[in-house]
Amino acid sequence: MRRATLKPPEGNGMKRVYQKEDVCIGCRLCEIGCIVEHSPAKDVVKAFRNVSPRPEPRNIVEERGPLSFSVNCRHCDEPACLHACISGAIAKDPLTGIVGQDPEKCVGCWSCIMACPFGVIRKNGAQSKAVKCDLCAGRTIPACVEACPNRALVFEER
Amino acid sequence: MRHVIIGNGVASVGAIEAIRSADRESPVTVISSEPHRVYGRPLISSLLGGRIREEDIYYRPEGFYAANNVTLLTGKTATGINTQARKVRLESGEAVPFDKLLIATGGVPFVPPVEGLDGPDVYFFTTLDDARKLDILAAKLRKIVVLGGGLIGLKAAESLHDRGIHVTVVELADRILSAAFDAEAGGIIARRLAESGISLVLGNTVTKIVRIKKRARRVVLSDGGSVPCEAVVTAIGVVPNKALAEKAGIGVNRGILTDDFMQTNVPGIFAAGDVAEAKDMLWGERRVTPIWPNAYIQGRHAGLSMAGAARPYPGGIPMNSIEFYGIPTVSMGISTPPAEGYEVLARLEPEKNCYRKLVLRNGKLVGAVLVGRIDRSGILSGLIRNGVDVELLKQEMLRDDFGFSDMQPEIRQALLAAY
Repeated sequence: MRRATLKPPEGNGMKRVYQKEDVCIGCRLCEIGCIVEHSPAKDVVKAFRNVSPRPEPRNIVEERGPLSFSVNCRHCDEPACLHACISGAIAKDPLTGIVGQDPEKCVGCWSCIMACPFGVIRKNGAQSKAVKCDLCAGRTIPACVEACPNRALVFEER
Repeated sequence: MRHVIIGNGVASVGAIEAIRSADRESPVTVISSEPHRVYGRPLISSLLGGRIREEDIYYRPEGFYAANNVTLLTGKTATGINTQARKVRLESGEAVPFDKLLIATGGVPFVPPVEGLDGPDVYFFTTLDDARKLDILAAKLRKIVVLGGGLIGLKAAESLHDRGIHVTVVELADRILSAAFDAEAGGIIARRLAESGISLVLGNTVTKIVRIKKRARRVVLSDGGSVPCEAVVTAIGVVPNKALAEKAGIGVNRGILTDDFMQTNVPGIFAAGDVAEAKDMLWGERRVTPIWPNAYIQGRHAGLSMAGAARPYPGGIPMNSIEFYGIPTVSMGISTPPAEGYEVLARLEPEKNCYRKLVLRNGKLVGAVLVGRIDRSGILSGLIRNGVDVELLKQEMLRDDFGFSDMQPEIRQALLAAY
């Protein structure tokens, strides 16, 4: 991760998902959009009724009083999760910049959870695997961004 | 430009990936004394415990070396470095010429002064071949003594126990995990291990291995007691494998001394990983920190330097994430601070096997220990790495669900803007 005190360089060439906390209404439709997108049938009823245990969303919505916002994977230039991964499950695609994870290779050591400065990698407790954002590879706009009714998530290059 | 890397662990991979991010052409040669392609060294305990298959231990796909245009020499041990002629000599007699050299030879197991430790039925637990040997033994033996109650020793003990062996861990300190954990955290894990059926002998050590007809029968302890066993696993820790560098006249202390670009005192020769004594972010001095993420990152910075794309190494932070019988643990930074100049905040719930401890210095977070609940612990490592003032967040950080919403808006927004 780049040190937060430094301003990122112009035109990094990669779109990322950013939150706008002033317009987030805490509805968590982003989490639902994420779960549905990553379910086999990509259907909300089937995802919530037929998949057991229900998959974990790959973003994390924080709420504290009136404040709410989604925290999303930054697909970092220097991914701390990748550096910490002991099994080789995490890799950064040199073309897209997406930091992806192969659940087959994950051994559930939680090193990525310890290392990710955004705290945005979760345990998929049932399978003892870590689960992380794949930026909806293949979609033009990530499902969480598309699901947001108040444009509190944006997909853009900064 | 000919790049040569001695060693084929995670630091070596960090270097290869960094070199290739800046230079697709120059030849890269990796010299590996082990006869394997790179594997996840900490996974040898998962392999021994039967939790992963052998094909799952490899850290990079089979085509990794070819895809990165790397020549891998396996089963070749470097025996000398000629810093003037710029050549690495191999045991087999060959010489490998280099322009830029990375020494990433890792660590070698520390061998304690115990009578009889150099005889049969004594094993280490640091390589894939060690795990394979123990795997065969595990099918035959019933009682094993593990010497050392640190991370490696306990993971070896857990895996052997899972294979149906009666394991006794003997630890010199009065508690387990004394390097990275305090008494509270160590106590929770010790209780869990004992409940699971692993015997712990603390404040004691093995002074002698007793053999009958050349087979180990028992160990004698420093308090005069003895523990019956058929084999001993020595897992006290590793020390930097620096002899090659030392012999070549490269500057060493505990490990190979490196500057901010992972370069040794010999221009064009670099060191990274468990063998290196490199900048520590929190102590502001050079230290040997044999942990996985630091090895990758040091290797990465060495590789960037070798490829002419140098970026200063910001310094490492020790970090470990390990689970013991379903209890996840994380330790990071200065987890057991000296008495003076540090503030410790802690919350212990022994009945839930939970513990959360934070260490502050000058209003900044410098260390943490988490047992039981480790979700989002990376936020803490980010606060350490970024040197954020957490004076106003003390009580919030002690909560298990601590997050960005607890922070002042300007801190939160700055942290969340980074990538």
